[in-house]
Amino acid sequence: MPDLIIASVMTMMTAATPLVFAATGELICERSGVLNLGVEGMMLIGAVFGFATAAVTGNAPLGLLMAGVAGLLASLIFATLTLSLLSNQVATGLALTIFGTGLSALVGFDYVGETIDQIAAIHLPVLSDLPVVGRLLFGHDPLVYLSLGLLAAVAWFLSRSRWGMILRAVGDSDVSAHAIGYPVVLIRYAAVAFGGMMAGLGGGYLSLVYTPLWAENMAAGRGWIALALVVFASWRPERVLFGAILFGSITILQLNAQAAGLGIPAAFMSMLPYIATIVVLVLISRDAIKIRLNAPACLGRPFRAER
Amino acid sequence: MTEQGLLSLTGVCKSFPGCIANDNIDLDVAAGEIHALLGENGAGKSTLVKIIYGVLRPDQGNIRWQGKVTRIENPAQARSLGIGMVFQHFSLFEAMTTLENIALALPPEDPEALRARLEETASAYGLALQPDRHVYDLSMGERQRIEIVRCLLQNPQLLILDEPTSVLTPQETEILFETLRTLSQESRAILYISHKLEEVRALCDRATILRGGRRVDDCLPAQETTRSLAEKMIGKKIQQVSRQSPIDSGSSMLLAVSDLNVRSDLAHGVDLTDIRLEVRAGEVLGIAGIAGNGQIELMGALSGETGSPLAGSIRILGTDAIGLNPTARRSLGAVFVPEERIGHAAVADMTLVDNSYLTGDTRMKFSRRGLIDWPAVTRYTQNVVQDFDVRTTGVDALASSLSGGNLQKFIVGREILQEPSLLVVSQPTWGVDAGAAAAIHEEIQRLVSAGAAVLMISQDLDEIFLLSHRIAVISQGTLSAAMPIDEITPEDIGLLMGIRHEVQPEADHVTA
Amino acid sequence: MLRLEPRSTQSFAAAWLSPVMALVLTAITGGVIFLAMGKDPSTALYIYFVEPLTTTSGLSEVAVKAGPLILIGIGLSFGFRAGVWNIGAEGQYIAGAIAGGGLAVYFHDSESTLLLPAMLVLGTLGGMTWAAVPALLKTRFNANEILVSLMLVYVAELLLVHLVQGPWRNPQGWGFPGTRMFPDVAIMPLLFAGKRAHLGTLITLAIPFIAWFILARTRFGFTVRVFGSAPLAARHAGVHSHRMIWRSLLIGGGFAGLAGVIEATGTIGQLMPDISPGYGFTAIIVAFLGRLHPAGVLLAGIAIAVTYIGGEGAQISAGLPKAVTGLFQGIILFYLLAFDLFTRYRIIVSSRTTE
Repeated sequence: MPDLIIASVMTMMTAATPLVFAATGELICERSGVLNLGVEGMMLIGAVFGFATAAVTGNAPLGLLMAGVAGLLASLIFATLTLSLLSNQVATGLALTIFGTGLSALVGFDYVGETIDQIAAIHLPVLSDLPVVGRLLFGHDPLVYLSLGLLAAVAWFLSRSRWGMILRAVGDSDVSAHAIGYPVVLIRYAAVAFGGMMAGLGGGYLSLVYTPLWAENMAAGRGWIALALVVFASWRPERVLFGAILFGSITILQLNAQAAGLGIPAAFMSMLPYIATIVVLVLISRDAIKIRLNAPACLGRPFRAER
Repeated sequence: MTEQGLLSLTGVCKSFPGCIANDNIDLDVAAGEIHALLGENGAGKSTLVKIIYGVLRPDQGNIRWQGKVTRIENPAQARSLGIGMVFQHFSLFEAMTTLENIALALPPEDPEALRARLEETASAYGLALQPDRHVYDLSMGERQRIEIVRCLLQNPQLLILDEPTSVLTPQETEILFETLRTLSQESRAILYISHKLEEVRALCDRATILRGGRRVDDCLPAQETTRSLAEKMIGKKIQQVSRQSPIDSGSSMLLAVSDLNVRSDLAHGVDLTDIRLEVRAGEVLGIAGIAGNGQIELMGALSGETGSPLAGSIRILGTDAIGLNPTARRSLGAVFVPEERIGHAAVADMTLVDNSYLTGDTRMKFSRRGLIDWPAVTRYTQNVVQDFDVRTTGVDALASSLSGGNLQKFIVGREILQEPSLLVVSQPTWGVDAGAAAAIHEEIQRLVSAGAAVLMISQDLDEIFLLSHRIAVISQGTLSAAMPIDEITPEDIGLLMGIRHEVQPEADHVTA
Repeated sequence: MLRLEPRSTQSFAAAWLSPVMALVLTAITGGVIFLAMGKDPSTALYIYFVEPLTTTSGLSEVAVKAGPLILIGIGLSFGFRAGVWNIGAEGQYIAGAIAGGGLAVYFHDSESTLLLPAMLVLGTLGGMTWAAVPALLKTRFNANEILVSLMLVYVAELLLVHLVQGPWRNPQGWGFPGTRMFPDVAIMPLLFAGKRAHLGTLITLAIPFIAWFILARTRFGFTVRVFGSAPLAARHAGVHSHRMIWRSLLIGGGFAGLAGVIEATGTIGQLMPDISPGYGFTAIIVAFLGRLHPAGVLLAGIAIAVTYIGGEGAQISAGLPKAVTGLFQGIILFYLLAFDLFTRYRIIVSSRTTE
C-alpha cells in the first residue's frame, strides 16, 4: 500500500510539472500586463520540436532545450503582433494556438509512433534509497526539480528583486511606467518571451518525459488549464504550485479510478480535469472585485507610447 | 531671485494628428523662481512640460539647461539633469505601496535606506506619508504628496507641477503652497501649470501665458488683476457673472434621494453612505467635491447604470426608480451626462447619428416595431448639431473626430433636445475650452428656466457657484446637507470637502 | 523614421483590403513552406487554392464545407463584436449533433417527415444548452467565458465518444464507434443528384442576410455593436451586460449546434467520433477574416472551405499532411491581425528636425 501511495505521488508530480512550467511562464507574462492565450499552441510547438530534436540527435536534454527555444520563438510572433502592431491580444493568442496546433501536427507528421530515450528519474545514492521519503524527495526526474526551481525563482523575482518590481509596475500602469521612463514595450517583450520559453519547456516535458512520444494535439488542453491556473493562483506564484498539484491529483485520481474499474465510464473520468477547471474558475471568480484587485490592472490592454 | 537662467526654451514646436499643440514657444525659467504656465484647457501647457520632462519629443526647437543646449531623450535623463515632475494624472501604481512607488522612480537603493530618506524628506517639508500603504487606499492629496516626495528625493533644480490643486481642497492647497515657497527659498525653480488665476496670483513670481498652442504674453502676476489675467488667457473680454438666487421651495420635487447606500463596483471605488438630496423644478443643485469621493458611484446610482443599492430610495418625478434601468429612467423624464465623454457618454468609433440613437431611442421613439428609423435619427442629429453649434464635418463623422469641447456640446445637446424634466450631469465642462463651456452653461440655464431640475456634479467651484441654487459637498461617499448659494462661501466648501458627513435628521431643511 | 499615427476615421478600404492581403501573403508563405518540404510550390498551391474551384463536384464540396463554417462564423461574429469570447463553438457544434442526432438514434425506424425538422430544432437547442453553461457561469459567478467554453469542448468530445462507443453504438457496427445510420427521413435532401450539396447548405447561405438585417436595422444589432467597442456606453444606453452575454453566447451556441446537426443529417448520416474537422475553431478564423461582418463571413467561409478541400486533395494527390491546412489557418489569422494595424493607424515616414 505505501508503495502504491508513493507511486501515485510520483505520477502526480509528473502530471503537475508541465502545468507548473506553463503556468509560471504565463504568470510572468500576465503580471507584465499581457494576456497570451496561445499557451496551448506554444506547448505543442515545444513538444514537437523537443521530440524531433531528441529523435534525430538521440539527445533528450538537447531536445528539451529546443523545446524551450521553439516556445520562445513562437511567443515572439505573438509579441510582435500584440506589442508592436497593437493587435487584439485575445484574438492573437487564439491565432497562436491554432497556428501551433497546425505547425506541430505538420512537423510531427513523420514522428508519430517513434520512440526516444526519455529523460530518466534521478537516483542519488543513499538519499534516493531512504525509505518512503527517499523517492518522494529525491527520486523524481530532474525536470520536476527544474520546474520547482524556476517557480521559486519567479516567486523571488517578483517579490524581492528590483526588476520584478518594475515588471509588476508595468502591468499595474503602463502609462505611469512610461511616464517615469521605463521601456514598457521592451519589458513586455521579455515577459512574453519568458512565458513562451516556459510553455515550450512544459510541452517538451510532455513529449520527452511524460509520455514519452509525439501525438497530434497531445497537450490536450493543458495550455488552457495552465491559463486557468494563473487565475486560480490570483497571479501569485506560490499558489501556482498548489493549483498544479491539485490538477495533478485529479489526473491521478482519474487514472487510478479507471484502473480500479469503478464502473464509471472512462470518458466521464477523463472529463474530470476539464470539469475541475471549470469548478475551480467558478469558485475563484465569484468575488469579481477581488479578481479585479488581484489581476494586473493593464491585463490585455494595448499600449502605444506617445512620443 | 537670481537672474541666472536655469531652463530656456526657444522655438519649441510639437504637433499631433489634427492639432498643433505647441507653436514656436519660448520660455525662460530662472533658479529660485516660481514660474506659472497659465492657459486654458487645450492651450498646450501639458504638452510643453512633457517635452521638458522628456516624455514627448519636440518636432522643432531648442532646450537649454543651465546654459547648455540639451536634448532630453527620456524622463530618466530629465531626472538625472535635475528636473522633477508631478503629473496631473499621477504616474503612480495603484496596486503597489508608497515605498515601491518611490523606489521605482529612483536609482536602485537599499529599501531601508530609502525608507529613512523618505521619512526625513517627508518631515522636512511637512508632507505626511505612510510608506507601506497601497496607493489605491490613499486620498488624492496623499497621492500627490508621494509624487512630490518622489521628486524631492532626487534633489531637483526644477520641479514641474501640472495642475496640482485640481485634486486638493482649499486647505490642502494652502499647505502645498507653503511647501513650494520653502523649495523656492532653497533656490529651486518651480514651473507651476494652472488655469486657476487666483492661485497663480497668490503663488507665482512670473507667468507665461499660452493660448491655442502659442505663447501670448509674459507678465508679473502680482501686478495683474484676476480679470486682466483671464482676458490674456482667454483672449477676449469676459463678462461678470452673477450668482443664482435660491428658488422658493414650493415648486415640485423632481428628484428625491433618501438614505441611499451603494456598494461601489469599481476595484478602488468609494461606497456611498446615507445619501440624501432633493432637486426641485427650476433648480440646479450643485454637488462639489474632489474627484474620487463617490461622484462616479452617485452618477451610476442615479442613472441606473450600476447595480441596485443596498438601501434607500430614488424617486424620479415621484416614481420609485430603484431597480429601473437607464432606459426606464429616461422614460420617466430624466437624462444623464456622465463625466467620461469617450467610451461612456459616446462611442468613439461610431458616427454622431449612431451616438444620437444611443441615448435618444427611448424618449425620441426612434424604433418602430423593433426596427430603427435611421432617417429620423439623422434628422434629430442634424438638429443637435445646428442648435448647439457643434463644429463637425457632418452627422456621419465619428465621435472621435470631434474636439473635446464640440463633443461635449453634442452630448449635452443630444440630451437637452430630448426635453427632459430632470438632467443629471457630471463635470459638464471638464477639459472644455472657455467658449464651449460658456455655451454649455447657457444651455443648462435655459433648461432650468424652462422648469427642469438639474443635478450637477462638478469639481470646478467656479462652475458650481455660477450655476447652482443650492450646493452640497460630497466627501468619502457621504453628502453634506445642501445649502442655499447665498449662505455658503468657497471656504466653507473647502472645509466640507475634507470630512465625512454624518447623517443629518431632515438633511435638506437644516441650513448651516 | 517610421511612426504610427491614429486615423481619425476608420479606413474602409484598409478594412476590406487587409483580409485579401492576408490571403495573398498566406499563399506566398505557403509556397515557401512547400518549397522547404521539398514539394513544387506552384503545383501544391494550385491543388490547395485553385483545383477545388475547377470542378462542379469540387464546388459542391466547397459549399458543403463552407456551410458549417459560415453558420458558426456568423454566430460567433455577434459575440466577438460584443466582446464576448465564445471560443468553444466546437463543443457547441458537437452538442448540437448529439442532441439532434440522438433523436434519429432513438427513432431509427421512424418514417415521419417531422423527424428532420425536430432534429434541427433539438440540435440548435443542444448547442444553446452547451453555450448556456459559460453564459450562466459568467453572469452568475464571473467565470471567464473563454476558458469555460473551451473546457466544455473537451467534455463534449468525450461525451460523444462515450455515446457512440457505448449506449448509442450501432449493434450491427462490428464494434466500430458510431451510431446506426439515420433513417431516410432524417437525412437532408440533396440539391443535385450525385453531389453532396444539400438542403442544409442552402439554409446556411441564407443566414448571413438575416444576420446583416439584424445588425443594421434592429436595436439589438445596434447594442451588440456598442457593447463591444464601449461597454460603459452600452450600459449608459440601458443595455444590461448580463443579457448581452447571454444573448451572444446563445446565438453562437445555437448556430454552432444547428451546424452540428446539419452536418450529421446532411453529410455524414450518423454520429461518429470525428463529426467535425475542427469547424468550431476554424469558424473563429472565418469570423475574423470576414471582419465580423455577415457578408465578409460569407466570403471568408467560402475561402477557408477551399483550403479545406484543397488540403484533402493535397493529402491524396501530393502526399501532404492534412495539418498544413491548420497551419495555413493560423498564418492567415496572423497576417490579418498584422494588417489590421492599417485600419486604425497610418504609417508616417518622418524626418526629425530637432536641432
